[in-house]
Amino acid sequence: MIRVLINNLLRFVVLLAMQVFLFKNMGYYNLVTPFPYIFFLLLLPIGISNFNLYIIAFLTGLSVDLFYDTLGVNAAAAVVLALTRIAFLKITLEAENHDKNTTPMLGEVSFRWFLPYILLTTFMHHLTLFMLATFTFRQFHYTLFSTIFSCIFTVLIMLVFSLLIYRRKKR
Amino acid sequence: MKNIWILLTKYNEVFLFILFFGLSFALVITNNDFQRSSTFNSSNAIIGKIYKETSRITNYMKLDEANQELLAENSALRISLDRLVSQDTSYLQTVLDTLGSPQYSYISAKVTNNSIRQKNNYITIAKGSDHGIEKGMAVISPTGIVGIVLNVSPQYATIQSLLHSDTRVSASLQESKAFGSLIWGDNFDSKKAVLRDIPNHVEVRKGETVITSGYSLFPPGIQIGEVIETTEVGGESFKDISVALTTDFHNLQYVYVVVHNFLAEKQALEAITENND
Repeated sequence: MIRVLINNLLRFVVLLAMQVFLFKNMGYYNLVTPFPYIFFLLLLPIGISNFNLYIIAFLTGLSVDLFYDTLGVNAAAAVVLALTRIAFLKITLEAENHDKNTTPMLGEVSFRWFLPYILLTTFMHHLTLFMLATFTFRQFHYTLFSTIFSCIFTVLIMLVFSLLIYRRKKR
Repeated sequence: MKNIWILLTKYNEVFLFILFFGLSFALVITNNDFQRSSTFNSSNAIIGKIYKETSRITNYMKLDEANQELLAENSALRISLDRLVSQDTSYLQTVLDTLGSPQYSYISAKVTNNSIRQKNNYITIAKGSDHGIEKGMAVISPTGIVGIVLNVSPQYATIQSLLHSDTRVSASLQESKAFGSLIWGDNFDSKKAVLRDIPNHVEVRKGETVITSGYSLFPPGIQIGEVIETTEVGGESFKDISVALTTDFHNLQYVYVVVHNFLAEKQALEAITENND
């Protein structure tokens, strides 16, 4: 239990730092920008209660917002991500029985489950984020374009992270 | 009461979502100026849109006639305006040639075909050489510039739109009077163009009006757009200015073809000057 807490705390700090110091400066103009900090929210234990998940998602989004000067935008996106995550787990995870403290990452869950999981949650998060940031339905194709490409970028980065963690666990 | 509690706990993820999302959304609206202003604006836009739609329906029957009348009146007004302007300058500078007859006159025409999504866009209008339109004439709309006449038939003319990779228009900034050439630039957005060749030392204000300079085929002082942003390229002596066009190419109905009454004279003079070099 303590180990889970420490692991998650560590992930929070590392991912937030990487987000605001490294990934904030990456991307292709304003068109494609990665937000891999959501990996922290995706890797929270499976058995976490809905309320806790929402609180953590909200606060994580808020802390990113503080660095991005977009108060509320990332928080709202992270809350949407939390809802997507809850729905996805509810629908798919009944078949596979898991320990409550299980972290949903490669090694613990199959790649076939993991990929749609991060794809869907990332897409919903990015869609909310870019819609709120542009705050208009005009030129929706432009928003959708940057959502999709940012989504691909973020998922690729998160897959690299997963592979890094995966190897270390196997050893 | 008990039932409500059961409902709340059963679908707690939805209610919690509404709670937290509402909280974040409130933060977004109250703390970010851009979202705040556009929220209020979009509610206004909705009401405005409703009014616009209702009046569009009620006025629809008379619309075509009304347009024709307005256009005829506008053409007449523009001609008399030019007469006033040229009389004024000629009085001061005693250029007797231009006294009395206006330098520019305008022919109104209806747009019959228009494209904005191609890399090179063309417009067709329902007036041609029978109405006095010639190749190379400038075309403007009530709100801005449109393009240049490319080909003429007796009843129709095609216009090389401003949204064309070969179109260049000499434009100047209203305040600093610095001039450069306006091109479409990104070949993507029908509402934006790029003003090139403005020297780096010229100070450009955001929102400054961009007008035609009068050095090309267009009459001077016609509004083109507003400055959105400037990008100074390091190490180069010119900056690129992004301009929001005032012409609504999306919804172009009627245009004016500009007839330059002394163009032949001007070109003949310029040809002589060039030959002397």
